[in-house]
Amino acid sequence: MTRFATREDFTAYTEALAKAGSGKERTRILVGMSTCGIASGAEAAYEAIGAAVAEAGLDNVEVVKTGCVGLCHAEPTVEVERPGKPLATVGKVDAERGRQLVADLAAGRELDGCLCTGGEVYGNQVRIALRNCGRINPENLDDYLGNGGYQALARALFEQKPEDVIAVVKESGLRGRGGGGFPTGLKWEFARKSQADTKYIVCNADEGDPGAFMDRSILEGDPHVILESMALAGYAIGAANGFIYVRAEYPLAVKRLTLAIDQAKAKGLFGQNILGSGFSFDVSIKYGAGAFVCGEETSLIHSIEGKRGEPTVKPPFPAESGLWGKPTNVNNVETLANIVPILQKGGAWFRAIGTESSPGTKVFALAGDVKNVGLVEVPMGTTVREIVYGIGGGTPSGKPVKAVQTGGPSGGCIPAEKFETPVDYDTLTALGSIMGSGGMIVMDQDTSMVEIARFYLQFTCDESCGKCTPCRVGNKRLLEILDRLLQGEAKADDLTTLKELSLVIKDTSLCGLGQTAPNPVLSTLQWYHGEYEQCLRPKKTVKDYRIVEEKCVGCTACARICPVKCIDGVVKKPHVIDQDKCVHCGACFSTCKFDAIVCE
Amino acid sequence: MAAYVNVTIDGVQAQVPSTHTILDAARDNNINIPTLCHLKLHNEESVNKVASCRICVVEVEGRRNLAPACCTKVSRDMVVHTHSARVMRARRVIMQLFLSNHPKDCLNCYASGNCELQTLADQMHTDSNRFEGQSSDFAIETSSEAITRDLNKCIRCRRCETACNEMQTVGVLSGVGRGFDMVVGPAFLHPLEKTQCVFCGQCVKVCPTGALMGKSYIDQVWEDINDPEKVVVVQTAPAVRAALGELFGLEPGTSVTGKMVSGLRRLGFDHVFDTNFTADLTILEEATEFIHRVQHGGRLPMLTSCCPAWVKFFEHQFQDMLDVPSTCKSPQEMFGAIAKTYWAEKAGVDPSKVVVVSIMPCLSKKYEASRSELSASGFQDVDWVLSTRELGRMLKEAGVDLLKLPEGQFDHPLGLSSGAADIFGVTGGVCEAALRMAAEVVTGQTLGDVDFEAVRGYEGLREASMKVGELDLKVAVACGLGNARKLLESIRAGECEYHLIEIMACPGGCIGGGGQPFVDSRTEKDVLHKRIEALYAEDAGKKMRKSQDNPYIKQLYAEFLGEPYGQKSHELLHTSYTEREKL
Repeated sequence: MTRFATREDFTAYTEALAKAGSGKERTRILVGMSTCGIASGAEAAYEAIGAAVAEAGLDNVEVVKTGCVGLCHAEPTVEVERPGKPLATVGKVDAERGRQLVADLAAGRELDGCLCTGGEVYGNQVRIALRNCGRINPENLDDYLGNGGYQALARALFEQKPEDVIAVVKESGLRGRGGGGFPTGLKWEFARKSQADTKYIVCNADEGDPGAFMDRSILEGDPHVILESMALAGYAIGAANGFIYVRAEYPLAVKRLTLAIDQAKAKGLFGQNILGSGFSFDVSIKYGAGAFVCGEETSLIHSIEGKRGEPTVKPPFPAESGLWGKPTNVNNVETLANIVPILQKGGAWFRAIGTESSPGTKVFALAGDVKNVGLVEVPMGTTVREIVYGIGGGTPSGKPVKAVQTGGPSGGCIPAEKFETPVDYDTLTALGSIMGSGGMIVMDQDTSMVEIARFYLQFTCDESCGKCTPCRVGNKRLLEILDRLLQGEAKADDLTTLKELSLVIKDTSLCGLGQTAPNPVLSTLQWYHGEYEQCLRPKKTVKDYRIVEEKCVGCTACARICPVKCIDGVVKKPHVIDQDKCVHCGACFSTCKFDAIVCE
Repeated sequence: MAAYVNVTIDGVQAQVPSTHTILDAARDNNINIPTLCHLKLHNEESVNKVASCRICVVEVEGRRNLAPACCTKVSRDMVVHTHSARVMRARRVIMQLFLSNHPKDCLNCYASGNCELQTLADQMHTDSNRFEGQSSDFAIETSSEAITRDLNKCIRCRRCETACNEMQTVGVLSGVGRGFDMVVGPAFLHPLEKTQCVFCGQCVKVCPTGALMGKSYIDQVWEDINDPEKVVVVQTAPAVRAALGELFGLEPGTSVTGKMVSGLRRLGFDHVFDTNFTADLTILEEATEFIHRVQHGGRLPMLTSCCPAWVKFFEHQFQDMLDVPSTCKSPQEMFGAIAKTYWAEKAGVDPSKVVVVSIMPCLSKKYEASRSELSASGFQDVDWVLSTRELGRMLKEAGVDLLKLPEGQFDHPLGLSSGAADIFGVTGGVCEAALRMAAEVVTGQTLGDVDFEAVRGYEGLREASMKVGELDLKVAVACGLGNARKLLESIRAGECEYHLIEIMACPGGCIGGGGQPFVDSRTEKDVLHKRIEALYAEDAGKKMRKSQDNPYIKQLYAEFLGEPYGQKSHELLHTSYTEREKL
């Protein structure tokens, strides 16, 4: 492949590519090979499928390595596109099932183990940010080009002024997907207006919320969209250099990004003098060393500069003074993944999706007590119920869902009675949670909400940089109060203190991490106050005796010796102790010859 | 943008510069907002504005959360409340959080009375035990001879970091660790001794609590004073006399030379001498070395070497330029070397019984005294170094009221000095003292006007040129290691043509040393000025203004040393430098 010296070269190439692909009746077997798929054995499946296809001599079948389609519960997943047939999704494909799948295909049979056809498993999802994930080979530039890749950049460079690009993004109403929800177009406009000889674009790929992997999936499944969007952002604000700040725990993302950068540069779609337009844009990859606070933009900037990753006060905002004091635009991965589609289809198209205040879609990492654990992308305004039950399929145990937690350690819990709430930035904030970067943890009725609050607070305490007092000491004290509550050692005024301290931490912390750290406490205090009060009651000190059903032979010895007659049961059937009547004398325990009574 | 904006703070309407922070605007209007981490250093360039303590939060109408007053800029028609219920609640909780992780052992703390946390807690009078929980448990770090760190008292204000990195560019201190365990210290919390710390003590000066302290040798000195076998001689640096009075309630800039001498005698020192004497001696050696370098095509510029922090700084940071500084030992070390040789012999005392105690405005002198090569007499030149603050403490614990003491006189011969020696304590002073001698040597004529006003001043970097005989002499003066670095880098780049450069590590010279009485940063500049004036007044008040005129110095050369920069001098009064690692 030669480098495109002009836009015409590029157009000619993509047209030829489209022509070559059209009219071909090809079957594509798409094997999900992101980190998650590979970890579940996708490589073996991929090789087995490839070998089987070759062996069967299926010339019109192409086996494609793709990113992740988000069906974690069914990994490794394989999807089959056949001419004239609906998309077939097959889950849990190991080598053996891979070979079976090829055999079924060759024989023209129904595919064994098919989860669904026609993408039913995706429910009412709308895929914009994830549109290429699982659909293209992320390591093949032609695949990206085949889906309209780099067209938006080419058009912007030759037909649009930077201001026009910003206008489209503003019109779309896109808000930052990293959690803050600040309008992206405005952010670009501020950076554009800052006067400086050098400006920077930074892609924030330091995804750190526990259980969140939206950004990883995009980076691994569609790396070129990030490069194209960053170049567009660079063109819009007047920057020629960028950094992708990606956590070192994402080696595959880094590998695919590096490959994508090399590919795009080799074709003149990135780097020096893009498509002969005179505009140059290049990026470097910077590794995050595993500090959650580096997701905060000022900390991230310091980390890139080689300084300690801790936040500084804003203003000055990065748009004014960021990397090395230069105007810097920091956007999250998912935000950037929306830029190319917006410029392809227009701001109005995007604004028509989602809600008035939060246009577009949002990717959620759905996890916890939910059947269909996975990555989902839904239009803003979709109700929590639709996500949890419609897409997620409810709890695996069938127990009722108690709450969902959104926004990770900065977010809060939404109780089941609020599940009709349409999800967007503002409704979640009104409920005491936040959109955050997209973690959504489902919890069933057995979950202790005080323990949930403690879990997140422990995370924040571990990840606080320790710079400001409320976050460094305040969160530690919150955690200690929660520990006391959970250990039954709390003081009468601990709940008052917990709330007051939480509010002060929110009101006085230096950065977003501290300002949101008490949210898990405050939201559970709001919706589940009773559970906190329960912790204040004296804990029972006596242990319960219980009959283990499997071990009880129904000899009736225990029932006969029980002084209060609280053991019930039929001969030769397991007996049961009525805990309300039991006086914990232990007579049954000593009598049982089958070790069927336990004390716990 | 408008140069001024209208703001309303606590109902007070005011017009303030638009570049002001809320804190600046409030202070201009006599509204006091408490601060802990905020610090504007004397040079007004280095400002600790990390906004980490959050004690200065205020309510700004229309803003979601509370604003740190120290680094929130004013804006047009801003309305600020500095003590609303919301602010007071937050401020109280933050103070309670601080106290929940602070050893409340003020009675044992050396900073008691000078502790900003203690003062503020006292003002707020809040429940210091509200939040119980884990507290920091760091071992007290005593690795160095000069500075002790008790991180359990650290409030993470990061002032020390700003002083170390921004002002001094030494770069030893930074945040280490995360969350509750985060603390300020050298990388990997290495002991200070193993770092490129120069012990200038500027971190100690800005520490709001007792986390950073000068290492104390008071107990050792009492022991030696009370040991009948030992002959304890004491020397006092010029800057001490200009500041000691502050510890006893005197106005800054009040010289207490005579009372200090009486005080030292009361404490029981056997002989009360003056570092000024060896300051004069230093001039004879250094000016001679300088003239030698000029006349024999030696390495120029020549840099002064009296300041031990500066010496250690270039040993770490400019290893390729170890031949640039003068080889002269500092006056403190020359004193020790002379006391344990010439004086001991003259006084008929066994030098092994002589204990040299120095009273210094400096913490780095404690380190300098421990440098093993500074022992040409066969004994370590100096045994114990006390700071100005420690001397104040000794006098107080001995029940000596400095103010009521008579004016004493130094013992001779090591107590007589010229005015040139007094100004060693001031930035530019060593340079001026050297010029007073060099000019006479070069021209062969007696100097009429000894005041070289051109090298005086307060700014961190100054230069002057003058005609001395046939020579067009260019000199530069730097105080503060950040300024020294600039000079050194320009020398390294071959950009500067100076002949003589004086460098002192501390702002204003030794009068602003790390061992001097603590000063509120808001008045520091004034106080340093007054101390400077006090030393120039000492100089001007003396008949003898030039080191070379000191009769006891002449006698010292005649009876013992021979010639300045001669063989004996080289053995006893000169030294060499060592390449040191940069961490």
